[in-house]
Amino acid sequence: MKKVQFKSNYSQYFFLAPQLLILLIFLYWPIIQTFKDAFTMQDAFGFGSQFAGFDNFLFIFSDPSYFTAFKFTIIYSFVITLITGSIGLLLAVQANKVMHGKSAYKTLLIWPYAIAPAVVGVMANYFFSERYGLLHHLFNNLWGFNWYENVFDAYIYVIIAGSWKQISANFIFFLAGLQAIQKTVIEASIIDCKSNIRRFWTITFPLLMPTTFFLIIINITYAFFDTFGIIDTTTIGAPGSETKTLVYKAYIDGFKGLDLGSAGAQSIMMMIIVLVITIFQFRYIEGKIHYN
Amino acid sequence: MTKYISLTINHFILSIGLLVMIVPIWIIFASSTHSSLFINTNGLQFFLGDNFIENYSRVLFKQSGFFNEITALKMFFNSFVMATGIATLSVVTSLMAAYGLVYFKVKYATVIFWLIFITLLVPLELRIMPSYIVMSKLNLVNTFAGLILPISASAIATFFFRQFYKSIPDELLEAAKLDGTNSLRFFIDFLIPLSKTMIAAVFIFMFVFGYNQYLWPLIMTTSEQYWTVVMGLKTMYGSISDRFAFVIMSMIPPVIIIIFLQKLFIQGIFQNK
Repeated sequence: MKKVQFKSNYSQYFFLAPQLLILLIFLYWPIIQTFKDAFTMQDAFGFGSQFAGFDNFLFIFSDPSYFTAFKFTIIYSFVITLITGSIGLLLAVQANKVMHGKSAYKTLLIWPYAIAPAVVGVMANYFFSERYGLLHHLFNNLWGFNWYENVFDAYIYVIIAGSWKQISANFIFFLAGLQAIQKTVIEASIIDCKSNIRRFWTITFPLLMPTTFFLIIINITYAFFDTFGIIDTTTIGAPGSETKTLVYKAYIDGFKGLDLGSAGAQSIMMMIIVLVITIFQFRYIEGKIHYN
Repeated sequence: MTKYISLTINHFILSIGLLVMIVPIWIIFASSTHSSLFINTNGLQFFLGDNFIENYSRVLFKQSGFFNEITALKMFFNSFVMATGIATLSVVTSLMAAYGLVYFKVKYATVIFWLIFITLLVPLELRIMPSYIVMSKLNLVNTFAGLILPISASAIATFFFRQFYKSIPDELLEAAKLDGTNSLRFFIDFLIPLSKTMIAAVFIFMFVFGYNQYLWPLIMTTSEQYWTVVMGLKTMYGSISDRFAFVIMSMIPPVIIIIFLQKLFIQGIFQNK
């Protein structure tokens, strides 16, 4: 907070009111509803409901398909983070070195970032369709690709669809991170260390740590939430429900299965996961402010 | 000599990266300029065909959808209204809220701060069912307000603006106070002009975010009149080349925005990072 402030009894509330009002109606009301759903059990016809304690939570923990979704979400976030992070970093390092065409490379590598995940999913759909799909044919010739039946193949499908656009985001942030490293540091390190590769891992990469950490969180959040549009336009969870993310499963159970109690409990579990991620993120951001 | 070799390697790796990013879109674009019959017999295409104008104008103006009640043009209009509404509303409310938090002594400031902060933990995907129920109680299903308001209920921008205000030197307010400026004037005449870059960056970010929404419009629009582009993609029926053309058109607005405003956008991100 500022040391110098306005003294007023009511103006601050005038400024805070619009946002608080929108949050109250469109965020807090649904959240309270989520908690209510999570702790009540509805009968099959939606006529009555009663307090159920932790039954909904016990139900999802005893449900093998919840663990399938949990496992897939973890694998998916890990692989997407790894693939997009390393390719993004590799490209950013190259783009930072070249003299000519830097801005052309930058522009052309950045723009997939703007494309909606659902649109990427629809595109991936064509490349993996049995009828037109180039990648389908390619993989099929290599090892008999069939994502309708084979879990591993379905993983490959959604991982390629999910990673493609996110490479751009990683590239943008790594490039900006590299450009923020001071020239003098790099020049000094060139004198001390001749090997390009060793210099990168001992000097540049440690200096990029804040960016890397920030991107890990961005990528995990992306894999958790933004990939909804990708799953819904590609495998829809196929072969069975092995490629359902937690968010996708909660949506299917709640909206298609009309099991509000289970969907509510799943939402709360995810809120806890997001809480943990956000605490990490905030520690980092607050640390950065302190550092500055 | 070694310098040239390493530069060549740099360009080589970057070119592969470019190919991976561009070739998929090029193939869909090239295929969208052929007739459906041709695609169905020959598969995806690398080279352009002659049906560009025919396919694209058909998609833009033809009635499509499950009940044939909407054209792609109308979907673009809907998406623009939705994205502009989301961007404007989030920028205005967040700008104001951050001002209230930073420049005033607020009673229960910690409570209000946490009330706003907690919202970051609950993206729309996590409250989709109850949100739908709330919206139908408020009679907002199949309205633009219904598409816009829940997505604007986000405080990310508030944190961006809060960080930015905190970095503005205290002397500015001291000087303004000496001149007898009141809080509303200070906000409008000093802070908003100073935050221009930030405002533009947040606006672009929220516009693209709003335009790219998929799940929420899918749930909120039972009437085809309110379909948006990104959700319409999955539900739109038509021949294969129509669908290719629609995919290409759907990505044009956000991609143009990001390409032309990338400097502003990146600057905006990094003022806060």
